[in-house]
Amino acid sequence: MNKFKKLTIKDVLKGEEDYVGESLKVIRKEDGDINAFITVVEQSSGKIPIAVKDNIVTEGIRTTCASKILEDFIPPFDATVVEKLKKNNFAIVGKTNLDEFAMGTGTEYSAFFVTKNPWDKERVAGGSSGGSAAAVASGEVVAALGSDTGGSIRQPAAFCGVIGFKPTYGLVSRYGLVAFASSLDQIGPITKTTKDAAYLMNVIYGKDERDATTVDKKIDFEVLLEKDFSKAVVAYPEEVFGEGVEEGVKKQFEEFIKFLEKKGVKVEKISFPELKYSVATYYIIAPAEVSSNLSRFDGIRFGTRVEEKGLLETYLKSRKQLGVEVIRRIMLGTFTLSAAYYDAYFEKAQKVRRLISNRLNNFLEKYDFIITPTSPITAFKIGEVRDPLVYYMMDIFTIPANLAGLPAISIPFGFSGNLPVGMQIMGKRFDDPKVLGFANFIERDVPVVFPWEAKK
Amino acid sequence: MRFKPVIGLEIHVQLNTETKAFCSCSADVFELEPNTAICPVCTGQPGALPVPSKQMYEFGILLAAALNCKIHEYTKFDRKNYFYPDLPKGYQITQYFYPLATEGFLELDGKKIRINRIHLEEDAGKLIHSSETITQAESSFVDMNRCGVPLAEIVTEPDIESPEEAKKFLEKLRQILRYLGVSTGDMEKGALRCDANISVIDLENNVQSNKVEVKNMNSFKFVEKALEYEFERIKSQLKRGENVLKETRGWDLSTKTTISMRSKEEANDYRYFPEPDIPPVVISREEIKKIVEKMPELPDEKLNRFKKKYTLTDYEAKILTSSVKLADFFERCVFETKNPKETSNWFLTELLKYTSSEDDFDTLKIKPHHFKELFELIVDGKITRNIAKEIFKEVFETGKSPSKIVEEKGIEVIGDETLIEEMLKKIMDENKDKVEAYKNGKKGLMGFFVGQVMKQTKGKADARKVNEIAKKLLGD
Ligand SMILES: [Zn+2]
Repeated sequence: MNKFKKLTIKDVLKGEEDYVGESLKVIRKEDGDINAFITVVEQSSGKIPIAVKDNIVTEGIRTTCASKILEDFIPPFDATVVEKLKKNNFAIVGKTNLDEFAMGTGTEYSAFFVTKNPWDKERVAGGSSGGSAAAVASGEVVAALGSDTGGSIRQPAAFCGVIGFKPTYGLVSRYGLVAFASSLDQIGPITKTTKDAAYLMNVIYGKDERDATTVDKKIDFEVLLEKDFSKAVVAYPEEVFGEGVEEGVKKQFEEFIKFLEKKGVKVEKISFPELKYSVATYYIIAPAEVSSNLSRFDGIRFGTRVEEKGLLETYLKSRKQLGVEVIRRIMLGTFTLSAAYYDAYFEKAQKVRRLISNRLNNFLEKYDFIITPTSPITAFKIGEVRDPLVYYMMDIFTIPANLAGLPAISIPFGFSGNLPVGMQIMGKRFDDPKVLGFANFIERDVPVVFPWEAKK
Repeated sequence: MRFKPVIGLEIHVQLNTETKAFCSCSADVFELEPNTAICPVCTGQPGALPVPSKQMYEFGILLAAALNCKIHEYTKFDRKNYFYPDLPKGYQITQYFYPLATEGFLELDGKKIRINRIHLEEDAGKLIHSSETITQAESSFVDMNRCGVPLAEIVTEPDIESPEEAKKFLEKLRQILRYLGVSTGDMEKGALRCDANISVIDLENNVQSNKVEVKNMNSFKFVEKALEYEFERIKSQLKRGENVLKETRGWDLSTKTTISMRSKEEANDYRYFPEPDIPPVVISREEIKKIVEKMPELPDEKLNRFKKKYTLTDYEAKILTSSVKLADFFERCVFETKNPKETSNWFLTELLKYTSSEDDFDTLKIKPHHFKELFELIVDGKITRNIAKEIFKEVFETGKSPSKIVEEKGIEVIGDETLIEEMLKKIMDENKDKVEAYKNGKKGLMGFFVGQVMKQTKGKADARKVNEIAKKLLGD
């Protein structure tokens, strides 16, 4: 097995080889099976090969958002995170697949192709950052960036058995991230170790004059690595053992609790009845923002124009390039924002959002972390899920962190059948180093396992 | 009066900040080559984000304070969603739920016109059609230069009671904008844009018509004309007992009428919601105070001060304070001449003949000390007023000092008493009837005799002496 595939950022920093060349070699050899990349960048300066989700703009490099309408879109500038990567010796070797405009949980809604799970190629890699997670899990790159609006970093990381971290809202600039739901979107790392996630966070975070929602705060994300967290007190909502959670996942979560207790961590059960409203809340707020954010893609202002007789026909034909899930959310958002329904839906959802936030913040006053499985299920088969509502329920454990803007990480913890199970650790706002530290504390006993290793 | 118009205005003011509202492009885009003052932010490139300009807030706060508004510490931006090619993002960033300021007023000849709200927002771009109208055009182009230029929208209460008052309101507002230096206020250049709502009350039958919105009035005159036209139109509909449609009408310059654009029933649903890319803007009372402290003297204050300090009439003071530049120049001249009344006279009768109040008086060739010198020449009897006017014109044109001009031209006042007496005697001989009339009490004829001398000397005679001698000869 190629030695490069297991390398971490830390390894590459120490070494002297042509890692970018190595990465491109692996991509050429294996991506035909995985389909992690929409665009591979052959010429890229820098030392550390990294993949970037294709909804983060790169100057001069096609950025498609996995949408037909942006198939030929070449952005005129680099996202802030891309600038930072370049400055810190990262080489962007490719742009990874996602659900169209990041709306979905399996990259099945990519307009181009489905990314395969490196653990089982009949299954999805998760989504929407499925390409980034699969690229890391298959060893094509050392690390990747994803974006997380309702779990889009954490869920694919869980499905692919790698680390996925969503930082506190406002820590990483969104400048250059093609907006999905602006009040929820956050860019974050997908890596092979928690140390790499912390390292990448130190690179990409920071106040950005071009993003008014970023906060001016000095944080060292690596400061709590290698620390002892055996005195930590964590809580889990009893709802994780409720309906809709796969038996294998439940079992693994029980193992997780036992493991933590054995390490000395105090684990308590809490009741979080508002959890069940988080999905509904999310699916009102996010589509509302979508309906506004995506109205510029009409073939006239942005996006491929499908020329027809007359302006209206041109609009209609051009907009038709958007996929079914994107259109569904635009319709939903247009409806809930309309004057007649604003109070009943959007305004109410805003209130519930605050309620869920307050509830989580109260918990986190008392407990160091809230733990849940990252996803109620493991990677599903391509084409298996047809009902959008079933799709939406997959985000139940990840959405609350977005609604409240909290940091949350997914780390692999064992398997259900042959498929990796991810555990989520959520912390207080700006407690990102602590979340990473605690994940690292667990990782010392339970490191990432690669698909080619496990099969032996 | 049987019918009374009820008018409210919605005014968009382009703020002349250094940068656009949410990016660092220049906000001064008038008559630039299309699409030369743009960036990823103001053209809504995917991934670009808006960051609000501080100066836009300062200008907005100054304006709100000048219009006596309640300025809010907590304000927020919202998105107004509508679909139009000149709006690159598909939404306009504006303030809907939490505007910058509310509940103000502007005093107009002692009457308060209430301001409902002032909020900040961004301007849209411009469409350029390949032919006169959009329906005939084969193609249309978008100029994005104006996208993101900051606007303050001012909404009045329906307190305006005549088209003329609407015009006066706008003129006063423009004066304030210019005093504050927050906008050029040029309606013709689109820096000040006005839509009006008008309804008419039938006072006898105590019924009020539906509201009609009037647009496309790009000068003060057209605002007045369009509203006069609308007032008449609605009035006659009411008289005929017809239903006045709730609609939007546009002023049509070629026909000097208003034309229906759309009915209000098909109004847009803008789907307002909080702009997630910009956190709420919280400005403390102290910060607001600091900004308001920088407020210059406003037109009404200056007017009153001029009247008091320089003992000027209302008419004089109004003209002299019509612009800050004119008022400043006046004060600098008075500082030299120590004679406000005389200075005011020369401003009103001479200076404003050659300039307009919005000119840059600092760059004029005529300087305050020239006024002083000119006045001294008159007082010393070295030149007459008439000559002084000619000299003034030359100073204005060349910047030469008045005494230098007197010297160069050999202008001298004729003060030779024998010469004046001879001239007067001759005039009186030729106008015996007028001498007779004067002696019979028509004292006003003195002006005739003096005037004749002035005419013959081309104004060079010393008027004071001519008067004295004429009186003597006429036996007064
Ligand atoms: Zn710009």
